[in-house]
Amino acid sequence: MPHLRKMERVVVSMQDPDQGVKMRSQRLLVTVIPHAVTGGDVVQWLTQKFCISEEEARHLGAVLVQHGYIYPLRDPRSLVLRPDETPYRFQTPYFWTSTLWPAAELDYAIYLAKKNIRKQGTLVDYEKECYDRLHTKINHAWDLVLMQAREQLRAAKQRRKGDRLVIACQEQTYWLVNRPPPGAPSVLEQSPGRGSCAASRVHMRGDFYKQEIEYCRRALGRTRVKSSVCLEAYLSFCGQRGPHDPLVSGCLPSNPWISDDDAYWVMNAPTVVAPTKLRVERWGFSFRELLEDPVGRAHFMDFLGKEFSGENLSFWEACEELRYGAQAQVPTLVDAVYQQFLAPGAARWVNIDSRTMERTLEGLRQPHRYVLDDAQLHIYMLMKKDSYPRFLKSDMYKGLLAEAGIPLETKKRVFPFSRRPRHSSPSPALLPTPVEPTAAGGPGGGDGVA
Amino acid sequence: MATEALHENETLASLKSEAESLKGKLEEERAKLHDVELHQVAERVEALGQFVMKTRRTLKGHGNKVLCMDWCKDKRRIVSSSQECKVEILRLHWDIQPLPHSLRFFSWKDGKVIVWDSFTTNKEHAVTMPCTWVMACAYAPSGCAIACGGLDNKCSVYPLTFDKNENMAAKKKSVAMHTNYLSACSFTNSDMQILTASGDGTCALWDVESGQLLQSFHGHGADVLCLDLAPSETGNTFVSGGCDKKAMVWDMRSGQCVQAFETHESDINSVRYYPSGDAFASGSDDATCRLYDLRADREVAIYSKESIIFGASSVDFSLSGRLLFAGYNDYTINVWDVLKGSRVSILFGHENRVSTLRVSPDGTAFCSGSWDHTLRVWA
Repeated sequence: MPHLRKMERVVVSMQDPDQGVKMRSQRLLVTVIPHAVTGGDVVQWLTQKFCISEEEARHLGAVLVQHGYIYPLRDPRSLVLRPDETPYRFQTPYFWTSTLWPAAELDYAIYLAKKNIRKQGTLVDYEKECYDRLHTKINHAWDLVLMQAREQLRAAKQRRKGDRLVIACQEQTYWLVNRPPPGAPSVLEQSPGRGSCAASRVHMRGDFYKQEIEYCRRALGRTRVKSSVCLEAYLSFCGQRGPHDPLVSGCLPSNPWISDDDAYWVMNAPTVVAPTKLRVERWGFSFRELLEDPVGRAHFMDFLGKEFSGENLSFWEACEELRYGAQAQVPTLVDAVYQQFLAPGAARWVNIDSRTMERTLEGLRQPHRYVLDDAQLHIYMLMKKDSYPRFLKSDMYKGLLAEAGIPLETKKRVFPFSRRPRHSSPSPALLPTPVEPTAAGGPGGGDGVA
Repeated sequence: MATEALHENETLASLKSEAESLKGKLEEERAKLHDVELHQVAERVEALGQFVMKTRRTLKGHGNKVLCMDWCKDKRRIVSSSQECKVEILRLHWDIQPLPHSLRFFSWKDGKVIVWDSFTTNKEHAVTMPCTWVMACAYAPSGCAIACGGLDNKCSVYPLTFDKNENMAAKKKSVAMHTNYLSACSFTNSDMQILTASGDGTCALWDVESGQLLQSFHGHGADVLCLDLAPSETGNTFVSGGCDKKAMVWDMRSGQCVQAFETHESDINSVRYYPSGDAFASGSDDATCRLYDLRADREVAIYSKESIIFGASSVDFSLSGRLLFAGYNDYTINVWDVLKGSRVSILFGHENRVSTLRVSPDGTAFCSGSWDHTLRVWA
């Protein structure tokens, strides 16, 4: 767990005599504890060291305390960081969470027994419960537990009061981390299965390495693009899309989550009569963007219709249906597409180059869901390189752009605490499934909008 | 026999070293075309303004850790899944919180999958799962079904029904079967195909209707923890990340690994494509997020800070790709400027680790799920 090692490094540098947190002696009643720090100093050190805000420093400090790397001297019951004069100390490496010693039941029993013996009634509710349960569970070794407890207490009495206090705090912190009270998050909890990530489940046999070798050989031969070119592409992409990104530039009339008004969603519904200006602009960003928008796609289909090449888009749609359709439908769909688009004299014959057509027809003998990939790509590129640019230059598109409106910003409410009623919307699961234009002889052959 | 075994070991060792040396050569090749860093190129980009993002909705209803969530295409509904907590009175399991004194009876809190309209915070559906950790869930593109799975090694699809007489669990379809836990699942462009990632080190593509395995993807050396489908025009690839610190890009049709990246220092918990499809980001236990460019075939940015010590569990981009939101195991969410490489904001609010984070389909908000049993929508 890399984060534990990193926390270790942080607390080590916090204890540096020159650069670390200011150490002082802390007086607790009559005892003086050396090498203590205040919560406030910890926060300040973190703020300066990492150049972060005080809020973040307090959070980071709290995390260090939660994991037991720093413990409170006065109230060792709760691992909380108070950013004031409250005294804290650094946990001894012996008890560091990162050592990941399995905190054994026997050890816990001895610890609870010591607490119980030392001062009757110091065990809290959940500790009492655990104590009773352990007593039942390891009853056979209970004498050993009590003996060990007494022995450790006796040895502790021989130390100075200050040391005794410190060791008790250290131990208490260790057990708060390893046996958290009910309700407190367990910082040691991991997702299941991950513990054995180090021990690979995949058998590292010869095959595995052969596969890696083959991959490397292929990869060595691939063409790469210069970084400068690739990175410039991000700049232009982000620059172009920035105004369309609600979290970066806001959105009009308002962001529904902030204003509780769903007007934005109503105006931008998948099929809407009057798309907004931003939306129509997006159709010009890329061919994919146009196709992904049902309204955009419908207008493009109209445009193609005027150029008598609507079958191209229909063919592409039919191929998509095949590729993402149910396995059982594959033969039927392939056949339907062939009949409608590829067969000589087909009703909506698509113009594919002879080589691709030959390969496709060959592949149709053993139809599978990818059998039309080549043909689909050919038609897609045809539309992208030819029809799409013409669409963008067309009067139709220019007209749509001119017509499209920019919504007015919703007036901010005068009384910010009165909440707008949040309208619910029908679940997609309730709506009847829209009838998609299908290649398999659907109504109208797919010229219109679904 | 002994000589045979010796021979096999030598071959294994020589194969391993050959693989290592080829990987080294590959890194050299990749470095040749790296002529500039991202933050240098981004110097002329305007800095982002002050960011004020707040929790706009808090979804309470899970009885235990929220592990995964996904948005519906309608931009407001979400599906979320959680862990089960089982406590029996007689046997004590140390890895489960003991109950307070007063509640001494059998307590089952089953792993739940809940579908919410997060705008109104109403719960619309709830399914009880018979397995403890439901680590993966996904919303179908049509909005009519959800998929989920976890420690049961399966991915099951549940059609969503509003019929009070129908039990959702009754119509469940078991689609995927792995030999270890399911860590991630995603529908492809339709309700009829599901892509899964598993702790058994493989990813797989399934036909929902029949449960048939359409393609499997082998190559990771350890558990696969995450996947994301490429938003490309030809829609043929996806990326996966795993405990072997590798991020691998796969061709869905052939099952082959097309590109692999191995620069993280620990498990990769989350991968997400940049909106253009030319790059993807990853979040890892090494407390960094990284950006990998597919055309340059290399890592092009690291998003890290000395004060960020805990692993990033989930990442996602804003609509324009300018912002990268990352949820961390120290309960915080960091917002990064993708181009400049700097951290724009840190968001507090969750009271336990952030386990899942997704930006809504129209980019108006993002949702985070946490081990503190809640989900939050931020905008």
